[in-house]
Amino acid sequence: MARITMREAISQALWEEMERDPKVFILGEEVGVWGGTYAVTKGFYDHFGAERVRDTPIAEAAIIGGAIGAALTGLRPVAELMTINFAFSAMDHIVNEAAKLHYMFGGQFVLPMVIRTVGGGGRQLGATHSQTPDAVFAHFPGLKVVAPGTPEDAKGMLKSAIRSNDPVMFIEHATLYQVRGEVPDGDYTVPLGVSKVQRPGRDVTIVTYSKMLEISTKAAEILAKDGIEAEIVDLRSLRPLDMGPVLESFKKTNRAVIVEEGWRSFGVGSEIAARIYEEAFDYVDAPVRRVAQKEVPLPYNRTLEQMALPQVEDVVQAVKEVL
Amino acid sequence: MDMKKEEHLDLYHQMVLIRLLEEQAAVLYQQGKIGGFLHLYIGQEAVSTGLISARKPQDRVITAYRDHGVAINCGLSANEVMAELLGKATGCSKGKGGSMHMADVKKNFWGGHAIVGAHLPLASGLALGDLYQGTDGVTICMFGDGATNIGYFHEAVNLSKVWKLPVLWVCENNEYGMGTTVERASAVSEIRQKAEGYGIPNGRVDGMNVMEVRQASLDALAHIRGGNGPYFMEVNTYRFRGHSMGDPERYRTQDEVHCWQESDPIGIYHNYLTGEKIASKEELDALDVQVEQEIQAAVQFAENSPEPAPEALFQDIYYEGERE
Repeated sequence: MARITMREAISQALWEEMERDPKVFILGEEVGVWGGTYAVTKGFYDHFGAERVRDTPIAEAAIIGGAIGAALTGLRPVAELMTINFAFSAMDHIVNEAAKLHYMFGGQFVLPMVIRTVGGGGRQLGATHSQTPDAVFAHFPGLKVVAPGTPEDAKGMLKSAIRSNDPVMFIEHATLYQVRGEVPDGDYTVPLGVSKVQRPGRDVTIVTYSKMLEISTKAAEILAKDGIEAEIVDLRSLRPLDMGPVLESFKKTNRAVIVEEGWRSFGVGSEIAARIYEEAFDYVDAPVRRVAQKEVPLPYNRTLEQMALPQVEDVVQAVKEVL
Repeated sequence: MDMKKEEHLDLYHQMVLIRLLEEQAAVLYQQGKIGGFLHLYIGQEAVSTGLISARKPQDRVITAYRDHGVAINCGLSANEVMAELLGKATGCSKGKGGSMHMADVKKNFWGGHAIVGAHLPLASGLALGDLYQGTDGVTICMFGDGATNIGYFHEAVNLSKVWKLPVLWVCENNEYGMGTTVERASAVSEIRQKAEGYGIPNGRVDGMNVMEVRQASLDALAHIRGGNGPYFMEVNTYRFRGHSMGDPERYRTQDEVHCWQESDPIGIYHNYLTGEKIASKEELDALDVQVEQEIQAAVQFAENSPEPAPEALFQDIYYEGERE
């Protein structure tokens, strides 16, 4: 086991997969000469060359559309969208093409491609550069949407995504790159579409993923001092969504708080809460609570921005409300 | 042009097959047997017939939603095209695509894409795949004049030049994007001028003359296969029918349509074949009759084909077979 950062984990996964399979290549804005705006692909250009680490124009539809076309020829493109906010410029290609082609042509088209992108607020980048619209992408059948919260999962799931024959949105979080964690040695994968209990507990179930796993873990540590043991279920994938561990935990604790960074309305929490009510209604001892972003475009001002984002205290408070 | 008689008759056969298949489709649409939208290619047959006759098997073809003719030219049978129109399991997309979403990967026909302009970046990607893997295939990307006003066009065409991709861009200028004339929608009325702006070699060709389209396509494909990057071809043509079924056609006069019908691409080719004594009128008449029979057989095949099974609803959402 090695202790590495999220950035290193993602970078290692890419590097190892490119060494493993010549059909894997990267395209995106500033992925090559620059080394990636989040430095994930630093050193790749010199090692793998311009053919496999392709700097693109600032043209998101061409990046995603191009990745789709290349994938159809049997290659395994990893297309990088510099931030998830720019994915809206490629929305047509993500939604109307990538998510549809396999089904719409009766299974003839195969799209082994990954869209790597970065979301999340908290860096004072203003409303257009701080969104967490993961639930939007999870809405579409045909796409796989994953958002790991630990270096171990990030490395293993990115490898699975690259080896997958389906289009995968791989959503990283801008403030998690420096987070460290234990990572297994050697080649390993973590399956897509499998939720995981990251912290065992008996009193309440916290359902979360990505950056909010960190927030929820801190909240659980505070609650533990009061003798409250929270079980944290990390979704890791939003589509396919694995409700198994969520329901199993809930049937034990009978209480749930869902923590997500995106907006509450029509969000991940809405979906999880509905599924709990639909599939485990007899086990409900208290109304399910949702902790989410306030319903505003994220402001630049640091204090206002933090007011809008879910905080550790919000999670602690919500847990106390369901107990 | 160095073509054998059989090759000529094959092209003539394809053009008539497209024409009659679509005329029959219009009837079936009126009868309610075909659902959704139906965009007919009638009048434009010479474009894809001449173009695709010039391709090699390794050349990929991708087009927009007016795709029945392109499908036939790529070698799909009238049976599977008709079955797809009727939404049957035996259709080329198993009844899940419909009129606008036909494809056959085995025949290097990559669809059938119904969002205007959105398939152009895919074409760049297909060409990138061939470039990356060192094959000498060219991607032939067809689209209408209307598609050249949307951003995807510019992103894709720019990328093809920057990366020197083996793409043949083929703009079918049929004078209208739905009901809006080129002059009302495009900053330049010669679409090829847009390619000029990206430094891409280009040309214009008469799209009602299948031999001229074929020759221009042969030249363009040879240019691209020579490692020279993309080429842009504007093909001037006209659709004799409305944009889709149910188009009231308030934007043009019947006189204008009749005027263009004087230049019917099948008539022009017919006259060429008889004038050059390549085929006799009787031979061509016999082919027409043969095609009529093929169409009747295709309709019968489609109508007798099974509906998709209920379990097909959840098939092929993912390659890896997850069912949520």
